[in-house]
Amino acid sequence: MYRFDASRLDLAREYKARPFGEHSPDLQYLLNLMRTRETDGRHVLVMTQPHAQWTLARLTNGNQGPPRLTNVTFDNLEAAEWAVFRLRWEAMAGAPLPIE
Amino acid sequence: MGGVQAALGGDGGRASAHRMTMLMAYADAISVRPGDTIGFKVSCDAAEHYNARIVRLLSPEAGPMAPPFRTEPVDTPVNGRHPARTQPLRAGSWAMVPAHPLIGSLRSFSIAALIWPTLPGDGRQAIAGTWSESACTGFGLMLNEAGEAELRLGGTVLRSGEKLLPRKWHFVAASYDAATGAVVLHQDLLADKTMTVASSVTRQTTASSVASRNGALLFAAWHVADSDGLAGDLPMVGGCFNGKIERPRLANRALDRGALLALMGGTIPAGLVETIVASWDFSRDIETEVIRDTSPNRLNGVTVNLPARAMIGQNWDGSEMNWRHAPHQYGAIHFHDDDMIDARWETDFSFAVPADLRSGCYAAMLEAAGAQFQVAFFVRPPKGRPTADIVYLASSATYTVYCNNIGRIRSVMTEAVQGRLTVIDAIDILLLEHPELGYSTYDRHRDGSGICYSSRLRPATNIRPTGRFWNYCIDLFIVDWLERSGLAYDVITDDDLHAEGLDLLRPYRVLVTGSHPEYESLQMMDALDGWMRQGGRMMYLGGNGFYWRIAYHPMRPGTIEVRRSEDGTRAWDAEVGEYYHSFTGEYGGLWRRNNRAPQALAGVGFISQGFDHSSYYRRTDAAHDARTAFIFDGVAEEILGDFGILQGGAAGLEIDCVDPMLGTPPHALVVARSENHSNTYELVNEEVRVAHGLTDGVINQQIHADMVFFETQSGGAVFSTGSIAYAGSFGHRDFANPIARLTWNVLRRFADPAPFSVPRSGPPA
Repeated sequence: MYRFDASRLDLAREYKARPFGEHSPDLQYLLNLMRTRETDGRHVLVMTQPHAQWTLARLTNGNQGPPRLTNVTFDNLEAAEWAVFRLRWEAMAGAPLPIE
Repeated sequence: MGGVQAALGGDGGRASAHRMTMLMAYADAISVRPGDTIGFKVSCDAAEHYNARIVRLLSPEAGPMAPPFRTEPVDTPVNGRHPARTQPLRAGSWAMVPAHPLIGSLRSFSIAALIWPTLPGDGRQAIAGTWSESACTGFGLMLNEAGEAELRLGGTVLRSGEKLLPRKWHFVAASYDAATGAVVLHQDLLADKTMTVASSVTRQTTASSVASRNGALLFAAWHVADSDGLAGDLPMVGGCFNGKIERPRLANRALDRGALLALMGGTIPAGLVETIVASWDFSRDIETEVIRDTSPNRLNGVTVNLPARAMIGQNWDGSEMNWRHAPHQYGAIHFHDDDMIDARWETDFSFAVPADLRSGCYAAMLEAAGAQFQVAFFVRPPKGRPTADIVYLASSATYTVYCNNIGRIRSVMTEAVQGRLTVIDAIDILLLEHPELGYSTYDRHRDGSGICYSSRLRPATNIRPTGRFWNYCIDLFIVDWLERSGLAYDVITDDDLHAEGLDLLRPYRVLVTGSHPEYESLQMMDALDGWMRQGGRMMYLGGNGFYWRIAYHPMRPGTIEVRRSEDGTRAWDAEVGEYYHSFTGEYGGLWRRNNRAPQALAGVGFISQGFDHSSYYRRTDAAHDARTAFIFDGVAEEILGDFGILQGGAAGLEIDCVDPMLGTPPHALVVARSENHSNTYELVNEEVRVAHGLTDGVINQQIHADMVFFETQSGGAVFSTGSIAYAGSFGHRDFANPIARLTWNVLRRFADPAPFSVPRSGPPA
């Protein structure tokens, strides 16, 4: 059974280098874990400028309710993916990802 | 807490982007002609006024990386400021038998039904009766907060004391004897094919006096006031039921348990005929909104908000799958408290389509105090007077089926399927804030059953030139490309094609599809097939087209049914036994299960989807065939479409490939084939008979998009791209790119009357 391994910083580096497109099998496993564990407060992006600015937000009420927006915005989707990856890594590892 | 989480300062708070004003609207039509009038229904709160503009759309609002958002103003008196008002959204389906003296004069009575509750214990829910929740008059058989059967009779409340089981058939009945005051309630859990143990409970009490009520008898709802002020004569209701109701009976005296059970058969026993006030048979008139009383009294009624019909009943034994063959086994109606088919709003302004308005894609652009909403519609050419050789077929059926898709936002699986974060905007948030808008056929009802009906007579958050790139919004990239072709084109919709068939297409030489024409009725398929056999030339500029069979409601234009049977990429499964459309009796599901695989029409059919990254096509040897030279005139590149606004490439999102076994013609030429798709591209499940794990784009050779050309009889031809992302590549480098160019090459050749010839023998696909 695949389990999260906080020592696999190589996977974080691989993701940062290419958030979209082909991933190694272990990175794909990690992403599948990360992306399906937020049964409440799922991270989403709210497009606050048409295809130009996205604000990080979390759904409410067991992912059934409107998003609660943060004050973090992005001007590209790759940066948003990396920020959420780091948040999820921290939530799973109990410590921040030591890669900026 | 540290790292990024600390930097965010916890979970933030409500966004500055959150609107204080709610603005929503819809129109009474999606396709109009010059001379027609289209009514817009608007609801707006926290603002005194809203502004409206009618525009023709030439492109989508696609941000700084795409060509600019282009609209063309339409000069009309409706442009400008309008007073705002709030209009209600009352979700929930129910049925009504109009007030009748036979019901209003009842003193003693019995009421009985079979029910299959789906959310017992989730709030009080009405089953049947004349009960007024506000006046506490009449009688009502219902479920109480604990999920027990309960009878309310004026001030008397009698409960069964035992919770009903979800998704199990129960017999519920109650009687009142005016002479003795005796009130009796029965609740039976019925035996079925599982090992669940049947049980029965009877309770009784005495009512001293009962306030009668001469109102409509309702199923799956109770009265809360005499009128809701909306169009029509429907009462205002509450307490909507979730689950199935079958064979309700109403008698004019207090019957004992044996007699009540005897009423549940298909034929009323002779000794009980005189007691019957009404005996409703929901297996009659399944295609309609009528509920039929088979007693001599004919106390017929109507359904509201289209509860699901052609539902298997308590007596379904699995021997028959088609309700037309055994309607008596399909006597159940499934009601939901979140059904929404017609908001029944009043019209706020009407746009009279000018006689000289050109055919095209139009929208009412609404704005109020920072909130925005758009209502899309299409203008066809005047009747019998096409204005071009080219026609663009807007995928109105697909837009409707996707109307208010909430699952992509709420499901925890969306991100894994799409390989990227879910993006929403302010209009999508309306859907989260207002579940009463009703959802799409990609979603489930609150009780877990699949939503099989959808309509546009309610605000649609997905049919607009703004927001997420999907369906309508992507299709406007095709419109932009058409606009820049220098060739004239008309616009028609799926709804028009369904209604008018081949006659609608006959004047045109070229048909251009949208990016994702996924849903077709039999009438649409027949029209396309017939037109192509008569020389029509189709440019299928999308992916996953011609995939699902749909049925249009016979009386409600634009209302569509989808039964998601057996297989296919789908958000829910139809219950076994419920694969046939209630609107038409046609078998639902994939067209490839209906002898009309998409490959037979377009040469290609759905093979995979992935949303993280789009790839490119590589030219094949067939691209150098003399038959296809016109496609690549002036196009030197071997790699085609390694650019685009839809995830960076022309081949992606949902992709199709050839399959001779499913109907790709032997002489079809694959002129380009995509490669290098990512892990999120998974083989469609209808191609996986035995789970083998070799199903993602990294390892599975089946996963690619095919760009295909073939000639048809009578001088016609087909060009298919097999990719939704294709349209996102048109605007790259201000349309100076090989994708835009080669597609224009095809458009111009297809518009040329010179006939195509089917080769005597061609290489296999």
